[in-house]
Amino acid sequence: MNKSLFGKNDVKLVVGLSVVALVICAVLMLFKQDGKQVVVSVDGVVVSTYSLNDNGTYEIEGYNKGLNTLVIENGVAYMSDASCPDHLCMHMGKISKVGQSIICLPNRVVVEIRGSKDVEPEYDTVS
Amino acid sequence: MNTKKISLYGVLIALALILSYVETQIPAFVAIPGMKLGLTNIVVLVTLYYLDEKSAMAINVLRIIIVSVLFGTAMSFAFSLVGGMLSTVMMIVLKRIGKFRIIGVSAVGGVTHNIGQIITAMVLLGTKAIAWYLPVLWITGVFSGILIGVIGGMVYERLSKINIDEK
Repeated sequence: MNKSLFGKNDVKLVVGLSVVALVICAVLMLFKQDGKQVVVSVDGVVVSTYSLNDNGTYEIEGYNKGLNTLVIENGVAYMSDASCPDHLCMHMGKISKVGQSIICLPNRVVVEIRGSKDVEPEYDTVS
Repeated sequence: MNTKKISLYGVLIALALILSYVETQIPAFVAIPGMKLGLTNIVVLVTLYYLDEKSAMAINVLRIIIVSVLFGTAMSFAFSLVGGMLSTVMMIVLKRIGKFRIIGVSAVGGVTHNIGQIITAMVLLGTKAIAWYLPVLWITGVFSGILIGVIGGMVYERLSKINIDEK
């Protein structure tokens, strides 16, 4: 790499940015707990709530009649099918920890894991 | 605005559009939405260094509007606009500070672009859950930013040897 492209300050900056990322990672990891509930919302509105212990396959009708298939089995939730062309949500893997989520942007579907039955007030506020 | 500048802007916007398209054709990293190389940022970065702040901003705004009309949706427009504006402003600020070179400026551009997109997603979807993607997108933002900074720097070096006013 050419030396005129970066200097000491840039190295410091990149290291600093990486450290911040690690700190965010650590904080999120620290608060990671096993979830209990699977909350499905469409366009910011909660449409259904399932328990992570209820094994089953659920159809979610998203924005603009888009369809997503949510599977809950053995304490994990994942998206097995989606009507959108990119299928990003299907690649997001299996989720089971509090705060983890699967998001399907085209259908505006958010599947979120929550801890207890109490609805946490901070999620109710439309940001 | 003279003819030379108009054609130069045209070339830069065309380049940014092509890079946007090229990027949609790279299937890698599909696992995490929002994870991108940010190839178009090469153009913004080079414009910022080769021309000026205003031009970099103008080219990025025009690029985002045109790309959204051609390949995007209202949703993707909001995402690129917030991410693009935030990163461009931050790159301008960093360049003005004067202590950082092109790679540092680009790395911050990469990170702030992703932060902008996460904020947009949080607002549009009304959920805070997306914050979980922040660490991953932060790291990928830094690395793609460095890569784009290297490429942008090399392009700028070659460009700066050409004096367009003499031709």
